[in-house]
This record gives sequence, structure tokens and C-alpha cells, in this order.
Amino acid sequence: MTDKIHVKTNLNGDNVDFLCEARQSLLEVLRDGLDMTGTKEGCNDGNCGACTVFLDGRIVDSCLVLAVEVEGKSVSTIEGVADVDKLHPVQQAFLENAALQCGICTPGFIMAAKALLEKEPDADEGRIRLWLAGNLCRCTGYDKIIRAVQSAGKDMQNI
Amino acid sequence: MTSTSSKKNKYSVIGTSPIRHDALGRVTGKAKYGVDLRLTGMLFGKTLRSPHAHARIIKIDTSKAEAHPGVRAVITTKDMPIVKDEVADFGETMANYRLLAELCLANDKVLYKGHAVAVVAADNIHIAEEALSLIEVEYEVLPSVLTVQESMKEGAPLLHEQLTTRAVAARFTRGTDTGVQSNVASRILIEGGDVEAAFATSDVVVEREFNTKMVHQGYIEPHNETAFWAPDGHLTIWTSTQGAFGVRTQISKTLGLSESHVKVVPMEVGGGFGGKIRSYMGPTAALLSKKTGRPVKIVMNRKEVFESSGPTSGSNMRAKIGATKDGKITAAQVYLAYEAGAYPGSPVGAGASTCLSPYNLQNFSIEGLDVVVNKPQVSAYRAPGSPAAALAVETVIDEVAEKLGMDPIDFRLKNATKEGDRQVSGVVFPRIGCVEVEEAIKNSDHYNSPLEGKNKGRGTAMGWWFNGGNASTAMVTVNSDGTVGLVTGSVDLAGTRTALSMQVAEVLGITPEEIYPSVGDTDSIGWTGPSGGSRTTFSTGIAAIQATNIIIDEMKKRAALLWETQPEDISFVNSTFISSKNSNDKFSFKELAGKLMGTGGPLSASSTSNPTQVGSAFGGHICDVEVDTDTGKVTVLRYTALQDVGQAAHKAYCESQVQGGAVQGIGWALNEEYYYTNDGTMANSTFLDYRMPTALDLPMIDTILVEVPSPGHPFGIRGVGEVPIVPPLAAVANAIADAIGVRLTELPMNPASILAALKNKK
Amino acid sequence: MQPINTYLRGGGLALKDFEFLSPTTTDEAAQIKAAAGNKARVIAGGTDIIVQLRGGRFEIDQLIDVKNIPELNELSYSESDGLTIGAAVPCYKIYANSTVRSSYPSIVDCSELIGSIQIQGRATLGGNLVNSSPSGDSLPTLIALNAIAVVKSTSGTRNIPIVEFFTGPGRNVMADNELLVSIKFPAPNKNSGAAFLRFIPRNEMDIAVANVASYVTLSADKKNFETVRISIGAVGPTPYYAKDAGDLLAGQEVNDQNILKAAEAAKVYAKPITDMRGTIEQRIHLVGVLTKRTLDIAIKRARG
Repeated sequence: MTDKIHVKTNLNGDNVDFLCEARQSLLEVLRDGLDMTGTKEGCNDGNCGACTVFLDGRIVDSCLVLAVEVEGKSVSTIEGVADVDKLHPVQQAFLENAALQCGICTPGFIMAAKALLEKEPDADEGRIRLWLAGNLCRCTGYDKIIRAVQSAGKDMQNI
Repeated sequence: MTSTSSKKNKYSVIGTSPIRHDALGRVTGKAKYGVDLRLTGMLFGKTLRSPHAHARIIKIDTSKAEAHPGVRAVITTKDMPIVKDEVADFGETMANYRLLAELCLANDKVLYKGHAVAVVAADNIHIAEEALSLIEVEYEVLPSVLTVQESMKEGAPLLHEQLTTRAVAARFTRGTDTGVQSNVASRILIEGGDVEAAFATSDVVVEREFNTKMVHQGYIEPHNETAFWAPDGHLTIWTSTQGAFGVRTQISKTLGLSESHVKVVPMEVGGGFGGKIRSYMGPTAALLSKKTGRPVKIVMNRKEVFESSGPTSGSNMRAKIGATKDGKITAAQVYLAYEAGAYPGSPVGAGASTCLSPYNLQNFSIEGLDVVVNKPQVSAYRAPGSPAAALAVETVIDEVAEKLGMDPIDFRLKNATKEGDRQVSGVVFPRIGCVEVEEAIKNSDHYNSPLEGKNKGRGTAMGWWFNGGNASTAMVTVNSDGTVGLVTGSVDLAGTRTALSMQVAEVLGITPEEIYPSVGDTDSIGWTGPSGGSRTTFSTGIAAIQATNIIIDEMKKRAALLWETQPEDISFVNSTFISSKNSNDKFSFKELAGKLMGTGGPLSASSTSNPTQVGSAFGGHICDVEVDTDTGKVTVLRYTALQDVGQAAHKAYCESQVQGGAVQGIGWALNEEYYYTNDGTMANSTFLDYRMPTALDLPMIDTILVEVPSPGHPFGIRGVGEVPIVPPLAAVANAIADAIGVRLTELPMNPASILAALKNKK
Repeated sequence: MQPINTYLRGGGLALKDFEFLSPTTTDEAAQIKAAAGNKARVIAGGTDIIVQLRGGRFEIDQLIDVKNIPELNELSYSESDGLTIGAAVPCYKIYANSTVRSSYPSIVDCSELIGSIQIQGRATLGGNLVNSSPSGDSLPTLIALNAIAVVKSTSGTRNIPIVEFFTGPGRNVMADNELLVSIKFPAPNKNSGAAFLRFIPRNEMDIAVANVASYVTLSADKKNFETVRISIGAVGPTPYYAKDAGDLLAGQEVNDQNILKAAEAAKVYAKPITDMRGTIEQRIHLVGVLTKRTLDIAIKRARG
């Protein structure tokens, strides 16, 4: 049995460290090691996006990132999106537009939408759909999610 | 874009779209789903599953696994108590507890690839997986059958030696034993009038045969159960389930415990659609907990979800419909053979009972076969049984209309079901919205928009579902500040906490934000049926309204005390208690709430519903497609889903349910299937190759909520969740037929099959 | 029936733990490979290898993270050397690069199609190449553009033309002790254009049912073809260079008739199977359709 690896990283703005095996994914360590259960596992092979997090400013599927690979990097998860009690425009838009049903895909969608709107707040419907194609939702049929993202984009342009 | 056909909203709260009470937790990642649970000392379980579609288990040797460092316990079928044969109503499907136990752990035979054979509990998931590799199982491989046709052939291998066909006359009945040994578990036959004579008088008769594949509900959250068997014999199960009470019964029957010794705590659920009503790992997690003295959590991975939970039936079907040239349907004949999977229990009875509901017919014959095959045993999937049968009927209806030269909606209107007509089962339809939905289609912007261009087509289809009644319990508590607590046993899949709060708020004349809804576990609230069957907003709503009315009656007594009058003299209008004896004697609900402690003490009331007048519902969809005839690719250009929701409770959530069901149906129609290789392996058990629609595959889904209030609910609410998956298969098929002039009769209508159909057309 | 002994390995095969190494030079990485052969495998983006490790496709003792090696992160262009894409450069950097966008749009075509935005945040063309899947979405473009794989071992560096790289599904000519350093593309010809298309049943996420890349160089007056390279994928155990299909266009007029001839000729190279992603007939047919469509786009791009 190999020794555990000591990883130091920045998580939602805080410097954190943890021990892990090389075979453990970032998703597993977030959820089981650090008790950050907001990031969800849907498939464990990069096909549903429920595990989407930011890694050095880009969205990735955390099930396909080994925990050891975030050494010295910055990771952002759904837990870091709201500012204490102030929701991010994307979160607020999801609430107001009824853009979630069971909510299991919602953290992944919020991370992905945030990534898009931070760079392209005026993204049109086609661009939004393309960007979010890596996030599966089985409950909503995507309609209200797209509308929520469009609405959040408008809000973010006004900021 | 959505619209509702009712005029001004007659309610203050019902019909609006407040923000959901529990949405905040879900958008911040704080909501706790079953998989998110952490308990001290918790072990992780993993299930060893059969590599064979059909085999006898000769020997299982778990010794190496038990000796592996970090492994705490291993169980096999010898650790399972013997479970009696007892059939239960699971709300949407019938199931036998002995068979359900075998889904958790195979007995002496494995009947599908992925059937559970042994379960391990270890310190972490990786050690548990390593332990699986160390379990040695000896099998005697048997031949398997993978389609209903193969399974019904003369000389086909029998999955269950003791299975004989039952002849059944109605859904959810056991029927009589014919004594015939075969893989056909039951045959339902529903007949009326004389179809042969009626066909003979027809000017047009169309008959088609169909084949559909097994598909999965596709919820993003896998199955999960955590069990703790306390030293005093009390078992607690935490799980993402649609119905805690059903799980409690299933587990207590499986393990031979009394129900009072089993507590089930429902966690938030990441999608169910009928697939999370039964427990697949609760009993085995419980046994491992008993053996180790520690909590044990077992979670399916995605492959296990596909291969070892409960998808819905593939089918072989025929539909034959005749009509006279004035557009009256003369007769309808339907044959449905549905895959049950490894054990009996396909929803063929429901398919048989729903597919002709949009039509007022005197002459009909529907035969349905429940056929076992070496695939995972099917579970409920949103209006189980209805979508496939509707595919068969609604495409043949479309073709008959085409041959008659009639508009497909006009043809349907000419034969439409109205109040007072009968279902094929004989049950009379109360006030029902079939005509209203069809007229709404005709008047819709979508239906009246021209569709121009080559290879573009428009299709329509209707669908119907019973919706469910069943019992629910609700408890309402009045807080001294005038806010209200509402506890029900209804798991909240998609916003029912709020839809239920809205009903209480409407009765009390307060806002939904002043109500604090929560979901109870099996110890803290009375028996409640599962959240499924489109019953929660309806039936649990009735329970909540009943409990609220008890509260109001009791508060009238308190007011009477304070005003020194009789309760009969007090009325409750516009959130105010008023005395008829003195117009100055008034309390708002909030004011009187503050006086409860001084007039007799705190106030709460509980009530159980068991409604008999369930509002069934019709839906109708319009689909525009464009087909790339070079590649066979279908693009859905525009989609409108119309549905009679009765009185819409939460308007945005009604729309959401309609949109979600429609899109599941679109995926089912175009790309989803269990792709089997000859040895009974599902080759595509990943989200990569089990192709559910992504955001890039769809347009906006417009909805039109038609409101024909149901007489069975105080506000006229009808169940909403299931109907929307019934029309899309046929709507898409009819659209493709309109686009390319070829009728496909096999699902999925993927690019390869469309190319083949185009090639054969030439 | 005779009882059959079957030792079952669990549903998802157990992932044995491994050593995680982060070399900072190609020499270091080459030494690890020399010592361990294929018991030490490379991770760049991880989007293939992690899935494969979990699925039991490989059993390894060591995983070599090459993302900290400067040469593997190179993304540069010069007219003399052409385009160099380091093996560890992720897709999102490739398709954002202005030179790639202006001079190698077919590389943008394929790198924008791999997986999803999340996958493109990690996946690399180097990984796609070494993975050598018959349906790899970058492979037809690499072949059509006549790219070269720069591969290193402790014995030195060698260049392998991509068109000679693949030997079977998931297999290539790299030795167990070699690692991929970069992929090099010649500078684009004058009056040239290239395009890549794939066909999938949905609009994103799927593995290609068939994919094709076409690279056309036109005459100075842009009326005739000078050279054409067509490559097809997902229709055989490896992607193919459809040499005859491109060669027959040399010197011919640019018109629909000739384009269709080339499309038909490309189909001859297809040797597909029927599986859960597509049928034989469908795949062969699609090669023709995608060849025509990629030629059309490539011509448009060549004509500016």
C-alpha cells in the first residue's frame, strides 16, 4: 500500500491541505475527505457534468481530475459561489426562474453558467446551449435553465 | 413561452409561482441528498454482480474477500432470511416481496447480467472494490432470452420453472392461473363490442407492428442507501427514495422485522420518475450493518444503475384501427407484449388500459402480455406502460387520418372522449379535458404557424394517464406568530413542499412564505404513499387541506371562547374569523394564532387523505422536426406540449413537469435504448452511449396549460407529472413521417434507422 | 451442462493505487519510462487515462504527470517550422490560439468537438493521439495535415509521420519506453484550406460514428485542385489516409462532380463494424457525405 500524498491547494479562496491516495479523484476528496458535498457524482466518467468545478479559472469535470493534480492550484466549488448570504446572479436566476426540479444537476449547471457569463454575459441561446451541453439534466428539459442563464446574463451586464 | 387557457385566476395563491422553500439549499449545494450523508464509523458497501444473463449459482467462496485488510463483512444469499411470497401494490406497479428480495441478492439463479450475488462492507470504496475481485463464484451458464419474441418461442429457456401464465381482466388484479408453463407471466384481455364486424364495415383500416427497446428513467443521482442496525434491534435506513413507507414495508418484510422496528428517513432525491420507489440495497446494507455493528452506505455506480436497477419495458406491439370515410372510428385492436425483465411485473396492464382513452369506442380488443426476459426487472417510469402503447395507437390514428384526408386533430375531435364516456375498463369518465386539449392544439400558435421547407414535418399525438390517489398524511401546526408548520410524508422531488404549502396558504388566506414545509420520516408522520403516480400535489394536498380545516374549526372554538359565543356563530373568510353576533368581533388568522396558548394551548392537526375521485388527465403535443436526409439526423425545431392540469397549483412547476416529461419522451423516441449484445450484456451502460438529450439537442419547450378543474379536489387540481411523457414518442414519429414520407415503427428513431428507412423507400 | 468456473471481477474493476510522479524534464520522464515500460503511463488531461484505469484497461504502478514539462506545454508557430503543439496542451488553449484559428481552422474544428467544455478544459490532442482510438476526433485532421509526432526515449528523439502512427484500435508504433513530446504541423500551403467534420447522433458528447478531414491546396487562380489529402476515421481499426480519393483530384477542376468522385473514392477505404454507435451501411454512407462536406468547407476556406 502506497503512502498517502499531502496536497496543498486553494479551495474557494482558502488555503487548505489534505491527505489522499493517488487514485482518488478530486470529486471523491471534495465529497468524502473535505465534506464538501455540494459537488455531485452522476457518472464518474466525465459524461454528465454534475461534478463540475473551477480549476484555475476553467470548468472541468472533477471526477476526471486526480486530487493530487490540484497541488498549488485553485479550485472553486458551488460552496464558494454565494457571498455569505448574498447569492450570485446565476443562483438567484435559477431560483426565480424555477430552473431546478430535483436539483442534483444544479450545482454543476451553476458552475458552468457562471464560467460562461463571466466571459460572455451576452451569450445568445445557441451559445448557452453549446456551453452547457456537457451538463445533463433529466428533470427540466433545459428550457427554464436556459431562460435562467439568459436572465442572469442580463443582470451581470448591468453590474 | 407558456400560456394558460383559463381566464382570470380565481385564487390568490393557487396558480401563482412562488419561489420554492427548499430551492436555496439546492442552488448553494447545501441540500443533503442520500449520497451526501456522513455518519461516524460508516462503512462503504459494494455489490458483486453476475457476469451472466442466466446462470445457476453453484458455489460462492468469499473467504479471500473476508480476509482482505479493511473488509469488515461479506454477505451472500445464505445471509438473507427466507421471504414469503406476498404481492404488494407499490402504487404504480405490483411487486412480490420475495422477488424484490431477490433483486437485492439473487437466490440460486442469476437472471440478468448485473444481478446481485454478494455484498461487501469495507473501510472505503476502493477496498470494497478490491474485495469484490477476491470473491470466487462458480456458475453454470444457461441460455438466455433477450426479446419478448425470443422468450415466447416454443422451447425457449424458462427463467422460472414454476411460472405459469395468469389470465387477467384488469390492471392490478391477480387473475386466474391458466396452468401453462412459459415465460409469459400474465395475459390481460380487455374487450368490448365486436371488432371483427366493425372492421368489416370500415372504409379505411390501418395496421402496423412496432418494436421498442428497454429505456431507463435516467435520473442523474444513483441509488443510495445507508443502514444502521442498532444493538437494540432498531434499524434506520437513510435513502433517496420516492416513498419512505414503501421502503419500510419492503425492508421489514425482507428481513422479517416488524415495521415499528424499521425507520426510514427520506433524504433529498436526485430524480426518481418511478425508479426510486423500491429499495435495491437497503436489506443488504442492513444485514452488513447488523454483522459489523456500524452504519453501512451502499451507492450504485452509473453502470449498476443501468444494469441493476429498474428500467422500463421494451416491447413488441401491433395496433389496428378502422374508420369510415366520415371520420368515425369503427374499431381498435391492440396487441402489447412487454418485457417484464427477470421477474414478472411489466406495466402492460396500464398500457392496455390507457392507449385508447382519447377515443370514445364501442368496439375494441386489447391484449397485453407480461413476458419475462433476461434483463433487469422493470420498475415504474413515468406513466409506466403508457408511452409505448400510445406510440402504437397515436401513429396509426395519424395514418388513418392521413388516408381519410382529414386533419389529424379534427379526426381526433370527431371521436373524442367526453364526460360520461367510458374507459375500456368500463370506468366512466367524470369531467375531463380531452376535447379542451385538442381544441387548444387547434387554436395554438404552433399549430397555426406554417412549416415551410424540405424535409420538415409536423406531428401531433394525444396521451392519457389515470393519475393516482392513495393515502397521504399531513400535519399542520400553528405557531404563535401566525406562521404555520406543515409536515407531510411526501418526499419532495420537484417542489411539492411548496405546492402543498400553497394549498394550505390558500385555505388560510396567508402567503406560502408564511408556511414552513418539511418532509417527515416514518417515525414522525403518518403513513403516506410514494411521491409518484402524479398524486402528491393532489392527494397530499387534500390531506393538508383537511388538516387545515380541522385547525380552522378548532380556532373557531377558541374565538368563541374569547367572544363568549358559539363556534357555529363564527365564520372564517379572507383570513379573518368574524362573529355573526357582533361585527366588531374579528380576529385575523395571525391575531388569533397569538392567542392560542391562552385559550387552551398550542394547536396542531393531522389528517389522512384517501381520495376516491382522482382526476385523470389528457395531454397533447405538437412537434416540428427537420430531417437531414443525407445523415438521418433529426433536429427538433419546435415543440409545444399541451396538458389538462385541472387547476394549476404552482404554475411554473406545472410547466416544468410538462417540459421534463416531454423531453424524456423525445430522448426515448430519438436515441435512447438498451443496446444488448447476444450474451445479454448491455453494451452502452454509460451516459456516453446511453444518449439522453443535452441542452444542445433541443429547442425551448413551449407549454400550454389547459385547465379543466377536477371535481375530486377542492381546488380542482389534477396530477401533472406523468401525462407529459405519453404523447412525445408518437408526436416525434408522426413529425418524422410528415417530413420524410416514411413511417418508422421501431424505436429509437436514430440516424442509422432513418437512413435505412429512406434507403428502403427509394 | 458442465459447471463453469468463473472468477468474477467486480462491476467496475478495482483500481489499484499507484505512484504519482511529476517530472519536470523530458529526460526525467524518459528515464521513468525506460525503467517501467508500460507499467508507467502518462497522464496529461486525464480524460481518457483515468476512465481507462478505472475500467481495468491498464494496470499500472506509476502515473507520470507530464503537465510540468515545458516542451510539452509549447504552443508555437514559425513559417519555417510550422505549428508545434506540445503533448500536454489542452484543447481550450489550442482553439483559443490566434494562429491556430487563422491558419489551422481544421484543428479548431476538431478540438472544439472533443467532449464538452469541461472536457476541453483538460483534454489534449497529444492524449487523443496516443490513445489512438479509431474514432479519435483529432486523428483525421492530423493525418490530413500530414502532421508528425515527436517522440522521445532515453535513446533519443524521433519523428513519426502520423500517417504511419496507428497499428490497431488503441495501438500505435510507439515503444513502451517512449513518450510523446509534441505534434508538429507543416506551415499551411498557399491557397489551401482544411476542414474536419464528424457525425454523431446527438449534437455533443458522443463518440464519432464517422469522421473525416480534408486538406485542399488549390491552384493560384483557385479554380483547380493541386493536392488534396483526405483522412477518414471511426470506420475501421485505425483512422485511414484515403490516398486515392485525394490523389484523383490533383489537377482537376473544382466542381461538384469531382468532389462527389472523391467522396465515393473515400468510401472504398471504410471497413467499419456495426456496434452500439452505428451500422456498417450508415458509416460507409457517412464517409461519403462528410468527405463532400469537408471538401466544400476546405475549398471555401482556401478561397478566402
